This record gives sequence, structure tokens and C-alpha cells, in this order.
Amino acid sequence: MKAIVCVKQVPDTSGVVAVKEDGTMDRAAMATITNHDDLAAVEAALRIKDATGCKVVVVSMGPPPAEGMLRELLAMGCDEAVLVSAREFGGSDTYATSQILAAAIKKIGVDDDDIVFCGRQAIDGDTAQVGPQIAEKLGMPQVSYVAEINVDGKAVTVKRLLEDGYMTIKVQTPCLLTCVKELNDARYMSVGGIMECYQKPLEVYNYETLKDDPLIDVTTIGLKGSPTNVYKSFSPPVKGAGMMMEGADKATVEKLVSILNDKHII
Amino acid sequence: MAFNSSDTAAFKGVWVFCEQREGVIMSTSYQLLSEGRKLANDLGVELCGVVLGKDIKEEYLKALGGYGADKVYYCNHELLDVYTTDAYTKVICDLVEDKKPEIFLIGATNIGRDLGPRCAARLHTGLTADCTHLDVDVAKYKEFLKTTSTIDVDNTVFEENTNLKMTRPAFGGHLMATIICPRFRPQMSTVRPGVMQTQPYDEAGAAKTVIENVNVALSKDDIHVDVIEVKKAAKKLVDLIGADVVVSVGRGISKDVEGGIKLAEELAGVLGGVVGSSRACVDAGWIGADHQVGQTGKTVHPRIYVALGISGAIQHLAGMQDSECIIAVNKNESAPIFDVASYGIVGDLYKVTPMLIEAIRAAKAAK
Ligand SMILES: Cc1cc2nc3c(=O)[nH]c(=O)nc-3n(C[C@H](O)[C@H](O)[C@H](O)COP(=O)(O)OP(=O)(O)OC[C@H]3O[C@@H](n4cnc5c(N)ncnc54)[C@H](O)[C@@H]3O)c2cc1C
Ligand SMILES: Cc1cc2nc3c(=O)[nH]c(=O)nc-3n(C[C@H](O)[C@H](O)[C@H](O)COP(=O)(O)OP(=O)(O)OC[C@H]3O[C@@H](n4cnc5c(N)ncnc54)[C@H](O)[C@@H]3O)c2cc1C
Repeated sequence: MKAIVCVKQVPDTSGVVAVKEDGTMDRAAMATITNHDDLAAVEAALRIKDATGCKVVVVSMGPPPAEGMLRELLAMGCDEAVLVSAREFGGSDTYATSQILAAAIKKIGVDDDDIVFCGRQAIDGDTAQVGPQIAEKLGMPQVSYVAEINVDGKAVTVKRLLEDGYMTIKVQTPCLLTCVKELNDARYMSVGGIMECYQKPLEVYNYETLKDDPLIDVTTIGLKGSPTNVYKSFSPPVKGAGMMMEGADKATVEKLVSILNDKHII
Repeated sequence: MAFNSSDTAAFKGVWVFCEQREGVIMSTSYQLLSEGRKLANDLGVELCGVVLGKDIKEEYLKALGGYGADKVYYCNHELLDVYTTDAYTKVICDLVEDKKPEIFLIGATNIGRDLGPRCAARLHTGLTADCTHLDVDVAKYKEFLKTTSTIDVDNTVFEENTNLKMTRPAFGGHLMATIICPRFRPQMSTVRPGVMQTQPYDEAGAAKTVIENVNVALSKDDIHVDVIEVKKAAKKLVDLIGADVVVSVGRGISKDVEGGIKLAEELAGVLGGVVGSSRACVDAGWIGADHQVGQTGKTVHPRIYVALGISGAIQHLAGMQDSECIIAVNKNESAPIFDVASYGIVGDLYKVTPMLIEAIRAAKAAK
């Protein structure tokens, strides 16, 4: 048994966000982090490893600096890492991304008792589409919004969040689960892990590595192969400043209420 | 003939997936039908609702016509009672391949966001996530940009076409992107609940709508998961999206959490609204997650939004900045919440809120 975890390196949108003049994101000017939901997915896989001794393989598609993130995940206890990186893959939308990641996962090899993990959603693209689309391309069942996991041999029972409750779902391996951040608190890298992480295998899959897979067709990957295109991107204007009331006393509050009253707001 | 998503000319009509839970159509469906109606009118095509379920009441199906559907495709099957990705994807993809709609809208609910990507991947078409605005007409799109962007619209060239222009926030609301899917059909989009306005119910439309029973080809072997139970949260959840007034609390209540929430409840009470919150309060365990407003919570656009002790992080603003009137109380005069507030008071919420409650009570009593 093994767990394959898809992990994306993302710009930290809670810190300083740099937007270029043309309305695109200046990624170079922003700090990068491991996507939160993906850390939960890694932790879920590592807990299965703690219990069963299974192997954990992390895979990320992105530019070469993503290797640093993969080394950190190896230091957390993952066993192997795969960096999927090629110019041909750049500019992919979620459809194209899922084709490439599915091809990479096939290359890693999916056994009968394996589980593929994704985060529910990446904080930059924010679509939550890649997980289900990989599952479709691999022809395996999916459960998204997973907030609890129990593995018993090939049977996996999960709690799947709804807006107003949850579903308990049982699914057989091989399957794909997308994890929410609330699933767990990810562990830190250990000192031993940091010492070992450069000895652990990290493979790079480029276009050559994957090109024989039928999913890797130039008409369905990369910017040109993506079904969706950006028509325009723009930054929202700052809303015109409203009225700041002077003081915080009874007179101020009464003045505000009388304005609201006159405008029929209350 | 095999289905070919790139034969764009063969696709016609606007569809809305009308999600039901426990046999009841979700209100998101009415929002999407109302929006879909406008798109269908601009294109001069039919608007169809698609319902999957088991023994759904006919009056519920007819009601979809009241929100604009010319036709309802009704897929009735025992295995469609409770949502499973496998069953719903199969039935929807079969129907799309047969009828070929040009636009297909799905509510961006926890279920819609599971179903949409699986269908788009199977149909080989694009899917735009969590949209907040849709246009087919370029002139209307330009009008939209004039009020929502910093683009110099009159001096920018726009390609004229009737592709669906799907606008969505990304990077936590720092950036808006308008996405198109020019080479494949259907053009699919999940639409954020609570953003599109529901149009008034039209009796005549409901009477006119045609219900077409779809032959569903589905067996147990098509479904690879077992749903063991569906459990609703025990307590009644707050209806933030439908609320006319939302009074939200932030970390500013940390000094006296109970007292702060009580003040918010009281203010919401006199204004006829409900209590919302920032994520900070949810993360701290002070209030249930169903109260959270923002990028990862609910998007609200009430008539009045009151922010008590909320700093106004971009992820919070993403969920409330389109409220009609925003009143902010914060003791820090440079808090970003004041940049979007219609009225701001710099002060301690524990002092200001009781005065507000009293003044509003008095104003209401005087009427
Ligand atoms: C402003 C903007 C808007 C966009 N809108 C759309 C859109 O509406 N539709 C569309 O199809 N594309 C869209 N894209 C493109 C999309 O962001 C990219 O395809 C991106 O590579 C994957 O999508 P995501 O970030 O939304 O990931 P999600 O689908 O949110 O990611 C879910 C999970 O999939 C896995 N995953 C995702 N990407 C990777 C990766 N590179 N390596 C390893 N694992 C990964 C992770 O486990 C992650 O948690 C948009 C891009 C931008 C910049
Ligand atoms: C991916 C992602 C998604 C997120 N999604 C959301 C989301 O959906 N919704 C959301 O809200 N946040 C979200 N956040 C978190 C967001 O970035 C902020 O951390 C959060 O909104 C802060 O909440 P706050 O304003 O209550 O707290 P703070 O930022 O700590 O602000 C507290 C405010 O209270 C004021 N204050 C303190 N005491 C008083 C007093 N006695 N009287 C008056 N004012 C007082 C302070 O001046 C301060 O401005 C998200 C973050 C990330 C990274």
C-alpha cells in the first residue's frame, strides 16, 4: 500500500500581495508556502504510514524552486518526492493540470490498495477542481471535502462535509480523497528528518518522461491545450471611503442613527 | 455519432443544475435560474432546469418555471435520491451528450463543486470556478467593468463574441479574472451561492413550464461508493445569505467574548437581522462556523452590515463588501474595514454598541 499526495506551492495571499500593472499576480514578489489543505493531506497520509508502515510519495507540478518544498515534506516523513516540471506544462488550467498530474501518478504507479490524496482547494487558483478531475482521468472514485478518515485494509470510511452537516461515505481503494484543513494539524519537520531529506529520492518528471502517456497530448496540456482562457483580469477598485463619524459618544451615535433614519436605511 | 465537445455550433440552450437535498430544491437554484434567464434572453435560446432525484414533488419542478425555466429535465431514479459523484456525473454527462447545451451553470455548493469538475473532465470542456458575475453580451460586460474594475473601459479593445464571460475572484479576492471557454461546449461554471439575485416568482411562467421525464440509465454497478449516513448539524444554522441585516463580530470581542456576542445579538435583534463573524472568532471557537462571512465562509449582501471589532482583512471583505450599507465600529482608526465602510465610528465596541442599540430603539419607537 502507498499514499500518493498532490501538493501545490502557492503564494502567501495572507501576506503582501503584489499585483502587476496588467492585473496579473507578481508571484516573484511574494513569499511562497505549501498550500494549507495539502499539508492536511500530507499529514493524513503520514498518519496512515504511522499505523501501517505504508509508503508516502509526494508529487508537485511547478517550477524548479518547488523542490525546496518537496524536501521539507520529505523531512516531515514522506518517503519519495516527484517534481513535475516542464515548459510544455506551463499555463495549464485545471483540466490540463489534472491530465498532467494523472499521467505523473500513473508513472509513479497506482496499486489496488493505494490512496491518492489532494487538498480540497489551492489558495491561489481557488478552484477546488484539480482533485476531482484527476480522479476522473484515473477512473477512480473520489470523495471531496474529507474531514475524517478511517482506513481498514482496502475499505476507506470518510466523513465528507456538507454546508449543514456531513455524509459518512465508504469507498474502496484505489480512490482519491480531497482533504480540508480542519482534518488535522500537520506535524513539523523533525531534526532527523531534516538530516535525511537530502538522501531520500526526489525525481523530476519532464515532458520527455511523460510524453508517451495518452493523457500527455499537446492539444490538451499547457496554455494552448487548456479549455479555459483568461479573457481579462483586473483588480477591484478600492471602494470610495465612506463617512467617518467624529467621536465615539452618545451624540455621534445619535447623529448616525438619524442619518440612517432619514435615508430610510433603518 | 460520438460526442464531440469541440463542435461548438452543435450546442444550444442554457442549463441550470437545480440541486435538491431531501427532495427540496435549494434556493441557489432559483438564483441561478434567474441569472440564466438573462443569458438565455441575450442569446435568444431556451433555459432549462435539470433536476436529479427520487419522487420530487411536481409542484417543486413546476416552480422552477416561476424563476424562468422554459423546460425542466427531470431525472427520477432511486439511486439519485442522495448525491453520489458517480451516479450524478453519469446521468448528467449522458444528458449533456444527448441534448448539447451551450452553457451549463451549477451552484458552487459543497456538492456542486464536487460534481462540476468531474463532469467537465469527462465531457472534455472547461469549468470556471465559483463565479460571481456572468455575461454573454460584450456591451453589458463593459458596463459591469466600469463599476467594478480599474480598467479604462472606453479605451480598451474587447473582442466581440457571445462566449460566456465568467468573472471570479482569485488569490483571495486580490484579483478578479474573467474566464472564457471558446473552443469547447458546454461552457461550464460553478456560481457562488448568494451572489446572483433571485427574480420575483412568476405564476404564469410556472404554469407554462414543460417537464420532460428523462430516461435514466443507471445501475448499482455504476456507483463505487456507499453513503452510510447523511447527518444534519444538530442545531439550526444561521441563515446568513438570506438575511436582510447582518451584525458581525471579530476578534475585537476577545476581552469579553460572551458579552460581545450578546451585544451583537441584541443589535441584530433591534435591526431584524442575524449575527455573523470573522474567521478569527470561528477559529477561536467562540462561534459556530456557519456564522463565518468571507472568502471561505458565506458571501452576503444584506441591506445593512455592521462590523464590530473586525479589522477588514481582504478575505473578510470578499464576503461582505457588496452590502448596501456598511457600518464599522473599531478602535483602530486605520483598520482597513473603514476603507469599505459607509459609516465608521472609531471607538470601543463595548461602549458604542449599547448606545447604538438604544438610539435605534428610540428612533423606531418614534415612528
Ligand atoms: C486568476 C486565475 C483564475 C483561474 N480560474 C480558473 C478557472 O476558473 N478554471 C480553471 O480550469 N482554471 C483556472 N485557473 C487555472 C488554475 O489556477 C491552474 O490550473 C492551477 O494550476 C490549478 O488550479 P487551482 O490552483 O485552482 O487548484 P485546486 O483545484 O484548487 O487544487 C486542489 C488540489 O489539487 C492539487 N493540485 C493543484 N495544483 C497542483 C499542482 N500544480 N501540483 C500538485 N498538486 C496540485 C492540490 O492537492 C490542491 O490542493 C485560474 C488561474 C488564475 C491565475
Ligand atoms: C485562505 C484564507 C481564507 C480566509 N478566509 C476568511 C474568511 O472567510 N472570513 C474571514 O473573516 N477571514 C478569513 N481569513 C482570515 C483573515 O485573513 C483575517 O485573519 C480575519 O478576517 C481577521 O479577523 P478579525 O478581523 O476578527 O481579527 P483581527 O484582524 O485581529 O481584528 C480585530 C480588530 O478588532 C479591533 N478591536 C479590538 N478590540 C476592540 C474593541 N474593544 N472595540 C472595537 N474594536 C476592537 C482591532 O482594532 C482590530 O482591527 C482567511 C485567511 C486565509 C489565509
